[in-house]
Amino acid sequence: MIRIAILGFGSVGQGIARAILAKDLDITVTGLADSRSGIIDAAGIDIAAALDRKGNGDPCGTPGISPADVVAKAEYDVLVEVTPTNVETAEPALGHIRGALRRRKHVVTSNKGPVALAYSELRDLAAANGVLLRYEATVCGAIPLIHAIKEGLAGNTISRLYGVFNGTCNYILTRMAEDSLTYEQALAEARELGYAEADPTYDVEGIDAGVKLVILANTVLDMQTTLDDVERTGITLLTPDALRLAEDQDCTIRLIGEIIAEAGVLRVSPRIVAKSHSLVVEGTLNAVTVETDLAGDLTFIGKGAGSTETASAVIGDLLYIHDRYVQSS
Amino acid sequence: MKLEMKDQPGQLVAALQPISAVGGNIIAVIHQRETSAAAETLDVQIVLELPEGRLENLLELLREQGVSVVRIGEERLLYEYTLIVIGHLMHTDLSDTVDRIDRTGSAEVTDLSLAMPAINSPSSARITIRSTTRAEMKKAIRILRDVAEQKELLIIEPLEDGR
Repeated sequence: MIRIAILGFGSVGQGIARAILAKDLDITVTGLADSRSGIIDAAGIDIAAALDRKGNGDPCGTPGISPADVVAKAEYDVLVEVTPTNVETAEPALGHIRGALRRRKHVVTSNKGPVALAYSELRDLAAANGVLLRYEATVCGAIPLIHAIKEGLAGNTISRLYGVFNGTCNYILTRMAEDSLTYEQALAEARELGYAEADPTYDVEGIDAGVKLVILANTVLDMQTTLDDVERTGITLLTPDALRLAEDQDCTIRLIGEIIAEAGVLRVSPRIVAKSHSLVVEGTLNAVTVETDLAGDLTFIGKGAGSTETASAVIGDLLYIHDRYVQSS
Repeated sequence: MKLEMKDQPGQLVAALQPISAVGGNIIAVIHQRETSAAAETLDVQIVLELPEGRLENLLELLREQGVSVVRIGEERLLYEYTLIVIGHLMHTDLSDTVDRIDRTGSAEVTDLSLAMPAINSPSSARITIRSTTRAEMKKAIRILRDVAEQKELLIIEPLEDGR
């Protein structure tokens, strides 16, 4: 059995809770906090009831119990940090992750901020305390990209890594190409379907894709980068004409994130891609090609966001820790 | 290139096969039986496109087939690069944009498709540039990037840009 404390009870947190309820994963939740409340119960929290309260618009737990209380006081093996990303300071998630690692607790997170801004510090802190920090869900949702590169492709040298890292932009571009929609029309549609935030800047200006590149560069390519190192162009100025001009040559336009390891280049920009290319995926899908010396080129395609899909990546990390550490301790 | 081969059935095919093996594209085959000096050999002229750096490879494969290369003509490498530019292309003097690439002398704009929506909305153009070497193509793209920055144009480059 593995005991976890969940910080953040939004889309991802609830997805994890539902998966734990639906499947026999041998996971017990002993701490839970949203932005307004918290619960600590070493015997195991009734997460079905917490989901119900959340569904009714109520706090998930007791007001007055903060995320910091859960980090410091709950009895758990792994802290599951799934609060929204803050790309500027990474707080308050960064402080909570540090707190858990210092308590010698493993950490699994879907939060891009702490991993993009402070990976080397957190990695060293985890190592010093003999615990693991895992962050599969920070990049491309359900696609086990980090695990594939770190474990499956261990021993390979990666020369280039590129692909579609943002489902919102991919949806907008797919719709612009399919039905000659303007950028504004496609964005409005994406909002209606819940694929785009009220303020879509983070997605459409390529910031989200840029942060994912930084995470990959720093964690699996051994680079030391920040968001400022990413050459970044978004999709807001694209015209239906531009997509049609690409279409005339059996091509289309996609927002591509790219890392050229040796040249130290990180960039996010709209690019012309042949429609037959494996990276040309439809809708909100993500797709990433990894160029390696031993394994050749590999392309991963899957859902880059969503409650259950992101929960899948978190649970994968949890069971990885469960199999290697918690059982034997 | 001009090739000399044995005048036997199957020899021409044997000479052409290595070209596709190295990724080349045959543009023309000129086969003049009567001009051959010796009766046992046959002269053939081939015009072809090859990916950069494959010529040595091709010559070696031809030698293995017993085909001797008499003469290699003018090497004209052709690089093509198509990109899309969005912005106020006319207001920012599109012909000057094209001209700045053509002025390099080594790269030129060979195709341009322009879509102009309503007045004052940004227009989009697909531009094809050709050059004889990779270095000259890179130079042309750098020039275009600089022009785009000055004129506040958005450049959409192909995924495979060989940077």
